[in-house]
Amino acid sequence: MDLLRFATAGSVDDGKSTLIGRMLYDSKSIFSDQLESIEKTSRERGDEYTDLALLTDGLRAEREQGITIDVAYRYFSTPKRKFIIADTPGHIQYTRNMVTGASTADAAIVLVDARKGLSEQSRRHTFLVSLLQVPHLILAINKMDLVDWSEEVYESIRSEFVDFAAKLDISDLTVIPVSALQGDNVVDASANMPWYKGSTLLHHLETVHIASDRNLVDVRFPVQYVIRPHQSSHHDYRGYAGQVCGGVLRVGDEVVVLPSGMPTRIAAIYAPSGPVESAFAPMSVTICLEDDVDVSRGDMICRQNNRPTVAQDIDAMICWMGSTPLEPGQRLAIKHTTRNARALVQELQYELNINTLHRNSAAVDLKLNEIGRVRLRTTMPLLADEYRRNRQTGGFVLIDEANNNTVAAGMIVNAN
Amino acid sequence: MNKSESGGSYSLSQLQALESEAIFIIREVVAELEHPALMFSGGKDSIVMLHLAAKAFAPARIPFPVLHIDTGHNFVEVLQVRDQLVAELGVNLVVGSVQDAIDRGLVQEEPSGSRNRLQTRVLLDTAEKYGYNALMGGARRDEEKARAKERIFSFRDDFGQWDPKNQRPELWNLFNTRVHLGESIRVFPISNWTELDIWSYIAQEGITVPSIYYAHVREVFERNGMLFGVHEVCQPHANEPTFMETVRYRTVGDASLTAAVRSEAVTAQEIVVEVAATRITERGATRGDDQVSEAAMEDRKKEGYF
Repeated sequence: MDLLRFATAGSVDDGKSTLIGRMLYDSKSIFSDQLESIEKTSRERGDEYTDLALLTDGLRAEREQGITIDVAYRYFSTPKRKFIIADTPGHIQYTRNMVTGASTADAAIVLVDARKGLSEQSRRHTFLVSLLQVPHLILAINKMDLVDWSEEVYESIRSEFVDFAAKLDISDLTVIPVSALQGDNVVDASANMPWYKGSTLLHHLETVHIASDRNLVDVRFPVQYVIRPHQSSHHDYRGYAGQVCGGVLRVGDEVVVLPSGMPTRIAAIYAPSGPVESAFAPMSVTICLEDDVDVSRGDMICRQNNRPTVAQDIDAMICWMGSTPLEPGQRLAIKHTTRNARALVQELQYELNINTLHRNSAAVDLKLNEIGRVRLRTTMPLLADEYRRNRQTGGFVLIDEANNNTVAAGMIVNAN
Repeated sequence: MNKSESGGSYSLSQLQALESEAIFIIREVVAELEHPALMFSGGKDSIVMLHLAAKAFAPARIPFPVLHIDTGHNFVEVLQVRDQLVAELGVNLVVGSVQDAIDRGLVQEEPSGSRNRLQTRVLLDTAEKYGYNALMGGARRDEEKARAKERIFSFRDDFGQWDPKNQRPELWNLFNTRVHLGESIRVFPISNWTELDIWSYIAQEGITVPSIYYAHVREVFERNGMLFGVHEVCQPHANEPTFMETVRYRTVGDASLTAAVRSEAVTAQEIVVEVAATRITERGATRGDDQVSEAAMEDRKKEGYF
């Protein structure tokens, strides 16, 4: 059994919480005491039906206001897979929370209301899925029961969406007509839409091929921690611990350590289960090298002829998450792989309107939840790849050192 | 590596993926924070954490102490396993005692007799005394809906409090570990594990857990629809007859309010089967304190509870 992480984007109005509730309920992943608790709350509030959104809206403020504010994580499994759902809020003021949920997702479900068709919000969510390079996108056209299960309605939304997605960087798109309220095509195939021949939502999530989504070509091993036992039994032991971010490392491989460029070979690899011959993403391992080279946290082990760019000038798309705007000239802390440095915001190249995709080069700052392209100069070189090539070695966060808040998510477009 | 059904040779099972994630998180704490400690109660989740910590730094020893906030309402079997594991792994055990805080008048016993809430003050005081700025805990997001919203690296202000409306965004595996003096971070490396994952992992790795997790015959009585074992700190009232029953504990907390469940499962593998089939959550089935209100956990966490 493997693990699939997916994010859901949409608002309460689109039926997102109902959809998740339906998936959990029909896959028998809701516990009876949870159900009793939300039934009781719904009754006390005078709701006409049990509000499945209460399952995911875990904070007092969310239940009071009937909205999703922050990402909630939910878990369920079927005999085929374990699933982690990042349930993200839909409103524009919570864009940063959707970006958070999408950053680790293998798949994303964007929900639209069949009666309303594509909204500004669904376009924005789709753009964010593309920006964050979530490998698999599912458009769930919901509330099909309210449009008489109409194939024409489905077809028109589908084709409009395909045209829109073609302008973005979407590698895998699946469109599924559903009724979250009645359960059609969520877990069980719909008897009301015989014209739809594709998978149900759950079947698609169970079978979508994710093994190839990881980069198994470019060896990238950011050193996280150096293990030196200081015990007589392991006197000369030096192990480099970290999580593989790309490629396949094998015992005996010739490698180089960046940024020094010192060549050596892999002497041994220890996985959590013990010594292994090879390691790949996302394994946490400890690597021993043949030569006594200088290696510390923030360095990277890779292959001689396949290296990341060693760069201090970084062009990146960023999603600004700070409450005060980003302006050129600002200095921020940057965390990229296991490396910490400082960065100067040299230039704001443009602000991207995430509803129209219009690039505004006249923008002078980026406000909370705005997305734009910036050029950064870092105090020490980063070992960077394009985000498109590797989400781990291409992503970074910016931190405001005055209050230690994480204020931006960055995706490297170009490093030199 | 095991081949998974859908993957081929370069894929991990869900347990391997969760294990690697947790080890990465534990290493990140040690790499970036100067004074970490691991909260360790001797319960199954904290035992799994300790097992992961040992793997994260092997062949070196675990480079941080373990901290037990001792309510004084203990199951003796749990303390035995706690001491046994601490000795085997050669880690330093620090105990913060609720009884001691009561004796010194720092906290007052609550009318209910539960010491769950009193732990918060003792935890904060002990962390301050030893200067811990990062406390790792075995809380899981599937346990409770407020926990489902909490970050893996969860910032605490200088009063140890959680502000759920103002959490740091957490992107990819780039964890923001920065704190000013007096502030701290709670870290939950097994956030993404479920009760079923924990038991599957215990079975796979052959991890020792206290014997009360397995089915045994015990003198119990019924209260609020739950079965409580007769214990020094958990006595039946006059209208609560006791009887012998085959039970096990799904969670081990304050012995005065942790209930047992009927079970025949005597091995980790049998518990995996039982947990996979259960229709009641672990806290719902066994914790008197969580049934108080819809937001009981959120309110406790805001005060500084784990």
